[in-house]
Amino acid sequence: MAFVNLKNKEVQAKVVFYGPGRGGKTTNLEYIYSKFRERIKSDMVSIKTHGDRTLFFDFLPFEIGKIMGYDVRIQLYTVPGQVKYNATRRLVLKGVDGMVFVADSQKNQREKNLQSLKNLQENLAIYKKSIFRIPLVLQYNKRDMEKEGMPILSMEQMDKDLNSQLKVPSFGASALSGENVIPTLKKIISLTMASLQKVLK
Amino acid sequence: MSNDYDDDVTFTEYTFSEAELNEIEGILQKDLIKSGVHSVLLIDMAGNIIAKGDNGNCNHDVYSLAALASANFAAVDTMAKIVGEDEFSLLFHKGEQESIHFSKVQSEFLLISIFGKSVSLGLLRLKVAEAIEKIKGVCEQH
Repeated sequence: MAFVNLKNKEVQAKVVFYGPGRGGKTTNLEYIYSKFRERIKSDMVSIKTHGDRTLFFDFLPFEIGKIMGYDVRIQLYTVPGQVKYNATRRLVLKGVDGMVFVADSQKNQREKNLQSLKNLQENLAIYKKSIFRIPLVLQYNKRDMEKEGMPILSMEQMDKDLNSQLKVPSFGASALSGENVIPTLKKIISLTMASLQKVLK
Repeated sequence: MSNDYDDDVTFTEYTFSEAELNEIEGILQKDLIKSGVHSVLLIDMAGNIIAKGDNGNCNHDVYSLAALASANFAAVDTMAKIVGEDEFSLLFHKGEQESIHFSKVQSEFLLISIFGKSVSLGLLRLKVAEAIEKIKGVCEQH
């Protein structure tokens, strides 16, 4: 739920990166942080295990400028992808305004993508939100693995698997090299803002 | 689509007018900052900052603090339920120089106070309780 502060003329909205474990959600945020280092005044917050896996979430506040006279601040979050952390995943989804689903393009991760998307649908339903109505962008990450000789799913196959019903914007990407990370971010920000603007009017 | 779902984007269920926010920040300043609290934040459970105040010498990253505090509170709340409690009423982290105290305001909000060694926990809890009553008064004016 976006909060509008009428005193400071500021809107705070929450965008969450979701997806299977080791899919590249944290790497997305790290790339965004490195790319916009001058614009992001605070540090990126990561709550990790000793094994460098996300335990709770990563957090990055991002100011995107003015819309209709309001300063808009997007709070970017990731969730822990590992199946066992569902309780914490749910907590992070509270008050979410927009979602990026980061899928893993590797062939052997196909089932995990489907499970995670289904899990997202269930967890959103707890907050009375529909996966079909929330601003959502799909990112098919790790396209670069093909160069390393790893078998990856085709874009068409991934669209068929994950996007045949949702029909939302999708991007092939490599979070490690940064390819299509910023276009994914721009897309989800514009979808979220369009939605907010509709309500603000 | 069934009506079980909210619209695609929703705003918070609560709203505060500019005058109400001024009033709340006035309470934070008068009751807490003047009593020696270094910095105070009123946030919602999703981590949004509603109102804030500080003594002018604090340079904390309040947005990160709010995100972490709401998550921390939600995690502790879940832990309470696991052990059969409705909630843990006192949430407090003590540091060498700075300490943090969390207090729920109604079911929606969280008041976070950061204070140093010059303020005792007892006095702080008293002042926080007073401030919360006043903030509730503002909320009830709706």
